[in-house]
Amino acid sequence: MDTKSYSVEVNHITKTYGNRAVVNDLSFTVKPGEIFGLIGPNGAGKTTTIRMMMDIIKPDAGDIKILGEKLTETTKNKIGYLPEERGLYKKLSVMESVIYFAALKGVDSKTAGNRAEALLKRVEMLPHRNKKIEELSRGMGQIIQVIVTIIHEPQLIILDEPTASLDPVNAQLLKDMMLDLRKQGKTIIMSTHRMNEIEEMCDRILMINKGRDVLYGDIPNIKAKYRNNSVLVEFQGEMGEIPGVINRREHDHGLELTLDAKTTPQMLLEKLVQKGINITRFELSTPSLNEIFIKVAGNENE
Amino acid sequence: MNKTWLLIKHEFLVMVRRKGFIILTLLIPVIALLGILAGQVIPSLMKTSTPTTQKIGYVDYVGSFTTATSESNINLIEYSTETAAKAALLNKELAEYFVIPSDYVTTGYIQRYTLKSEIEMSGASQTAIRDFLLTNLLRGNGPDIIARVKSPLNVASTTFTSSGEIAKQQGGFAALILPYIFSILLMMSIFSSSGYLLQGLGEEKENRVMEILLSSVSSGQLLMGKVFGLGAAGLLQILIWLISANFIFRLASSSFGSVLGSLNVSPEFLILGVLYFILGYLLVAIGMAGAGAIAPTARDGQQLSVLFTLPVIIPIYFMGLIMTNPENIVVKILTFFPVTAPITVMVRLGISGIPTWELAVSITLLVLSIIGLFILTRKLFRTYLLMYGKRPDLKQIILSFKNA
Repeated sequence: MDTKSYSVEVNHITKTYGNRAVVNDLSFTVKPGEIFGLIGPNGAGKTTTIRMMMDIIKPDAGDIKILGEKLTETTKNKIGYLPEERGLYKKLSVMESVIYFAALKGVDSKTAGNRAEALLKRVEMLPHRNKKIEELSRGMGQIIQVIVTIIHEPQLIILDEPTASLDPVNAQLLKDMMLDLRKQGKTIIMSTHRMNEIEEMCDRILMINKGRDVLYGDIPNIKAKYRNNSVLVEFQGEMGEIPGVINRREHDHGLELTLDAKTTPQMLLEKLVQKGINITRFELSTPSLNEIFIKVAGNENE
Repeated sequence: MNKTWLLIKHEFLVMVRRKGFIILTLLIPVIALLGILAGQVIPSLMKTSTPTTQKIGYVDYVGSFTTATSESNINLIEYSTETAAKAALLNKELAEYFVIPSDYVTTGYIQRYTLKSEIEMSGASQTAIRDFLLTNLLRGNGPDIIARVKSPLNVASTTFTSSGEIAKQQGGFAALILPYIFSILLMMSIFSSSGYLLQGLGEEKENRVMEILLSSVSSGQLLMGKVFGLGAAGLLQILIWLISANFIFRLASSSFGSVLGSLNVSPEFLILGVLYFILGYLLVAIGMAGAGAIAPTARDGQQLSVLFTLPVIIPIYFMGLIMTNPENIVVKILTFFPVTAPITVMVRLGISGIPTWELAVSITLLVLSIIGLFILTRKLFRTYLLMYGKRPDLKQIILSFKNA
């Protein structure tokens, strides 16, 4: 893939405050049309990385290309950014807010008005169009924030903790909107602590800790890398001692069996069948992203 | 549409639609109007209780004060004895009476009697008695002489330049009033607009709008939008006050209008006045924006902003020195120091004029300061607008100039 075909290309960026490197020699790329997850514990450097991508703060070293070029005013108009610390002018109405922020992205008020009506209709908020922002509930305000983020039909959308403070209904609404945007070919970067959302939505992830990348790539590959040679088994009857099993722990309605290096899941299945055990479920155990996150972040912090 | 222009328009419209702004803009003229009306209505109410024509009695022991005069509703009536005059006063036939003793011509002393306890004799009585005495003392002279003695001096001064031509700056009250107006306008616009600037920045920090704005515009555009948008709102407010002040002054008195009418403003003064007004506003407003960016709350910002507002009014304390000794080294320093330059220059322009080289140095320093402060404030905007609830120390601020 040549450089121009990346939506985002971050090369060896570093940002230091005093003696503390908040982001340290970080590199990654984001492909067009994918949902890319940016994860990491608090203070890992996620927001600083995003702010450098948005040219809100300058990196001390390294460079960033957005949509194939360095960030300019024109490129900024092609990005939709929902920051973690976000809000709108409380005294403006919903339509006034959307039209003003759209204008700052170079969209004329008529086009912005038409798009805003369509989006408000999509989220069933059209009756609230003339209400002041301060009159909306927090969740509704967040949805308007998302509309402000995408009103200019950006090619790249960066969402920092997008579902924070959303109730499950609105969170699902937002996720549906993101999936729609991916269908339209938009690139989405989302930063979140909610691992289930990352697993559910993202194609690839970057996990950073203490400003450095610690995990980067496709989710299935990452999971395969952290697989610990164990299987989930649900059965009827007594299992007893099984050669090759070095650990066993209760899991849902069955057991999670960890195998030694010489034993494969296939060999275990054969042994269980030979013992006449009635097996109702036999599944390779893969760690959840949450478990990988805790493991990696824990190791890094030791 | 250019993004800076959009920001200016937005800041301006949001500010002028605020209830607080509208109330303050209308309240000041309304209070002034009520004050003027009260000033006119109260005396007229008081007038109705006083007789339209006042009678003042007098007893003449010199024997030559016979030509009684009447002056603005005051009639002078001669009494042959003090007892008769006193009886008339007690009967309320007279408002007061006075006695001209026989040695009046050598002493100038007269004795006045009244029923009222006064701080001072009323101006109308004083004028009436004075004119009566003068007319009688000058009897035998023509009315022109009498009029001249009553009002002997009307001066018309002309100032020459050192080469003997008539100077453009002729001095006097009329020449001073315009620099004062410009100085007061500058101070008013600085204090009102900067207040709005700090308030706006505080609210945006509180609303968390900053980062969304910075994803669309640069910190420099944001700074310009705020300074010009809120500055325009402040100017609009002052313009409304000025227009209403003009109307109110006309209502109050025609004499103020005649002073304004006598102003002969040179184009140089007008250009320099407007230039210093704009430069002065920009310098302080940008500084204020920097203070607003650093401060976690509007109140903290207000405290920090004193660093800029206080020096602006320093020339007021040196007004006497600027007027009497404009060549003094302190006055020169005030002329060159960017924050004190606008008011100092305006006052000096009204009095004696300023050498061209001094103006050139002053304007250059002011412009360079504005550019420098703009660059520094833009860096503060980048770093501190996104920092909530923390107030950085001086070391961090210096670091941010380097890092941003």
